[in-house]
Amino acid sequence: MAIHLRSAEELQKMHRAGLVVYEVLTALRSAVKPGMTTMDLEKLAEEKIAGKPGHAAFKGYRGYPCVLCTSVNSEIVHGIPSPKRKLREGDIVSLDFGMEVDGYYADSAVTVPLGRIRPEVQKLLEVTREALDRAIDKMRAGNRLGDVGHAVQSWVEKHGFSVVREFVGHGIGTKMHDEPNLPNYGEEGRGARLQEGMVIAIEPMVNAGRPEVRMRDEWVAETADGSPSAHFEHTVAVTANGPWILTRPKQVTGPSW
Amino acid sequence: MAKEFEDKKKGDKGDSGNPKEDAIEVMATVIEPLPNAMFRVELENKHQVLAHVSGKMRKNFIRILAGDKVAVELSPYDLTRGRIVYRYK
Repeated sequence: MAIHLRSAEELQKMHRAGLVVYEVLTALRSAVKPGMTTMDLEKLAEEKIAGKPGHAAFKGYRGYPCVLCTSVNSEIVHGIPSPKRKLREGDIVSLDFGMEVDGYYADSAVTVPLGRIRPEVQKLLEVTREALDRAIDKMRAGNRLGDVGHAVQSWVEKHGFSVVREFVGHGIGTKMHDEPNLPNYGEEGRGARLQEGMVIAIEPMVNAGRPEVRMRDEWVAETADGSPSAHFEHTVAVTANGPWILTRPKQVTGPSW
Repeated sequence: MAKEFEDKKKGDKGDSGNPKEDAIEVMATVIEPLPNAMFRVELENKHQVLAHVSGKMRKNFIRILAGDKVAVELSPYDLTRGRIVYRYK
């Protein structure tokens, strides 16, 4: 299969979807409080997108039941919101959300701490967020996919954490999951060359302990050793002016999350 | 939402994956036929590349003439060569 190159017009459309994703995630991020259930977050996300153009990308995707993924502590990705799952002080929760507007997709995620968290968990969040920033910076025409994966892996492993192998970032556009796959590991100078117009959802998933994954059910992936896991994501386009983060407003600068 | 890494299950082929999967597909017009089932084609962006006919098309005896509209897959490693994967009617 081939990697699609998107025109400026198509990127604009994806950016429109991306802005809704950004709005929902920033609202959720500031609303998260100890005592809430993950279903409360799902409800909040649904309220936020009511009346907006397009629709939530995850609901119904391969039978996924919700608009939001909420992955708490040792859950890596695809945690399903539940009225029984109460968030407590010291937890971390990854909020993963995507929209489709006019046939174009955008996908993003942020991991949020609840109140005071242990210093090593704080470090996990900082390292993962920085890994995403480093990966985004590699999204330039002429670089290769391996450069992006390597940026994540080298930074994460330098800090004694590990990257998940079983799930990957992905091309995105008129489908939520498109070519190419972007593992969060790799060798510099390997893989497909990046070109202007390529759009990839970069999403480092970092475990504080070992990299192994256990599937709790069809959806929920958690760390095999029970260690906490962090997850940050943006939809990023390669443009002539360097990387363009489609899932946040252009006036926002600085760190990715 | 993270994508499940399906390549893992089919046996890890390494970082670059299947060589035919990284290709970039573009539209092109055939300029001239060359020996050995090769063709010079002009891409939409006016670049001219040397393209051979994919094995699947050869097997099914898809004939290609100068002026035909075709789909060409380019290897990300060598953008001067391509593979013709479809001839439009």
